[in-house]
Amino acid sequence: MNIFKLSIKNIFNKPLSSFISLSLLILGIGIISLLLQLNTLIKDQMDNNLRGIDMVVGAKGSPLQLILSSVYHIDSPTGNISLEDAENISKNRMVGSSIKILYGDNHKGFRIVGTEKKFIELYKGVIKEGKEWNSPYEVLVGSKVYEKLKINLGDNLVSSHGLRETGQSHDEGTFKVVGLLEPSNSVIDQLIITSPESVWDIHDTHNHKNDDEHDHENEHAHDDREITAMLIKFKSPMNIIQFPRQINENTNLQAAVPSYEISRLFKLFGFGIETLSYLAYLIIIVSGFSLFINLFNSMRERKYEMALIRTLGASRFQLSTMIIFESLVLTISGFVLGLLFSRFGVMFVSSLMEESINYNLNSFKILNEEYWLLGLSILIGIISSLIPAVQVYKMNISKILADA
Amino acid sequence: MLITKEVEFNYDNQIFFKFQNIDLKSNENLLIIGNSGVGKTTLMHLLAGLLKSNSGSIKLFDQELSQLSSHQLDRFRKNNIGIVFQRSHFVNSLTVKENLQLAQYIANKKDNNRIESILKKLNIFDKSNKKTNQLSQGEKQRASIALAIVNSPKLILADEPTSSLDDTNCSKVIKLLKKQATDFGAQLIVITHDSRLKEHFKKSIEL
Repeated sequence: MNIFKLSIKNIFNKPLSSFISLSLLILGIGIISLLLQLNTLIKDQMDNNLRGIDMVVGAKGSPLQLILSSVYHIDSPTGNISLEDAENISKNRMVGSSIKILYGDNHKGFRIVGTEKKFIELYKGVIKEGKEWNSPYEVLVGSKVYEKLKINLGDNLVSSHGLRETGQSHDEGTFKVVGLLEPSNSVIDQLIITSPESVWDIHDTHNHKNDDEHDHENEHAHDDREITAMLIKFKSPMNIIQFPRQINENTNLQAAVPSYEISRLFKLFGFGIETLSYLAYLIIIVSGFSLFINLFNSMRERKYEMALIRTLGASRFQLSTMIIFESLVLTISGFVLGLLFSRFGVMFVSSLMEESINYNLNSFKILNEEYWLLGLSILIGIISSLIPAVQVYKMNISKILADA
Repeated sequence: MLITKEVEFNYDNQIFFKFQNIDLKSNENLLIIGNSGVGKTTLMHLLAGLLKSNSGSIKLFDQELSQLSSHQLDRFRKNNIGIVFQRSHFVNSLTVKENLQLAQYIANKKDNNRIESILKKLNIFDKSNKKTNQLSQGEKQRASIALAIVNSPKLILADEPTSSLDDTNCSKVIKLLKKQATDFGAQLIVITHDSRLKEHFKKSIEL
């Protein structure tokens, strides 16, 4: 038996009131830690996919939409641009490298992207089985796609028009799986990747068959091939200021800078996150009050017990320590359980996100900010036990015992 | 062993007590008897070092209590004095055994054999692992005696140990207290208004 054990026994002796303070604290710490985790994870994920892309060129529209669609593959594209215009830009001396991206179809909700082989290198994709595509209608499949749809090498995939599952299907548009990619924790995990020619080809036949009102001759009179967007890396980072503005002012194309758009997006997010975290801090403060009231009441109930411990020869200091211990045991376990709560929250949110936008957020490392939360928990524990501890310290045992 | 001289105490300059001198030799037990309001509990708290006298001297085991700081008094108390209160007090979150272990811990001791032998002697060994609020009144009283003697005090102070008991139980409890004191080599001072106890003590003073 010692003072620390006694503190723990005291906590378990009053499970209900301990539980209330504890659950408030778990809620507060849990929410803050969840917000921190999600914020960091999403940011990491976003940055991870941003590597090597300085600028995106696409059709006029919302710059954020252009970024979300062609870098993160989560929104609809702004439209198409002509291949000719795109190639003019890629020939500019400021452009280091460029990658064309074409959308048009999906297979069971997963996007089929027509692009160059450089695209896979950009995301450091590694082929796990099979090989790269060599002719149209051959595809590489990202890890999440084949895991979820149980796709094997050599399977045929039927594509449907549009980016969502409900699109009309191309009966003749069957793709052959020639390669599977290793998980890379980037957007290529959730894509089906093929050559640009495949996408051009499939939409050509599509047009011939269904859109009889079109003047076919006119369509093919010149190179009318289109792409959805182009990812660009500059030769020098300095160009990031000048070049996008040139494009936006002088052409009918739109240029957007991902890092800028994403930080703008996070500012929008940030407001909500901030509000929610203030709420969580409020909950933590309330938990501190509840802890204080809890200790204060139990101290009054236990005054004979305290007097007894003093007459057994315990010092004032030992008794005050016991009170502070009791409080700290609660707040520190609140911190630990809160962190656990937030990890379950992250798992839950991540499973939700994977359903809707094919994102996977899995990391359980403790963030620096969470160590601050530990400090905060300890502080709350000490502050809320301070007054009860001082009162115990100043307790007049003779008077208490005489009143009995 | 215990010598008091001209001990005076007052609460907030209102209630004023002046106690008669006590001179108690080693191996003697003492009954202090008096009616309500004559300062019995105050005197007991003074002897136990829970209160400090305003003037006069209390010399216990050759130690002048007024010379000790409150921290030194805590230490003196845990090494020398066991107290049996009128109403039994325990740490409610602990079992009977754990209460005794706590008392030992406070006195920097650890001796489960002693706890066992005391509980057996007091006939409550089967209640070792019961929470104290599950005990009957009589068991509580015996448990509080166990708590008072677990650290082998040289002096047991008992405050009204029999006031709420009928004649049979009164005689039982006082005999038990005296026996425990003798068995564990401690002296006993009982403070009470219960005149039934007079026959059990050779030496008594009246406040």
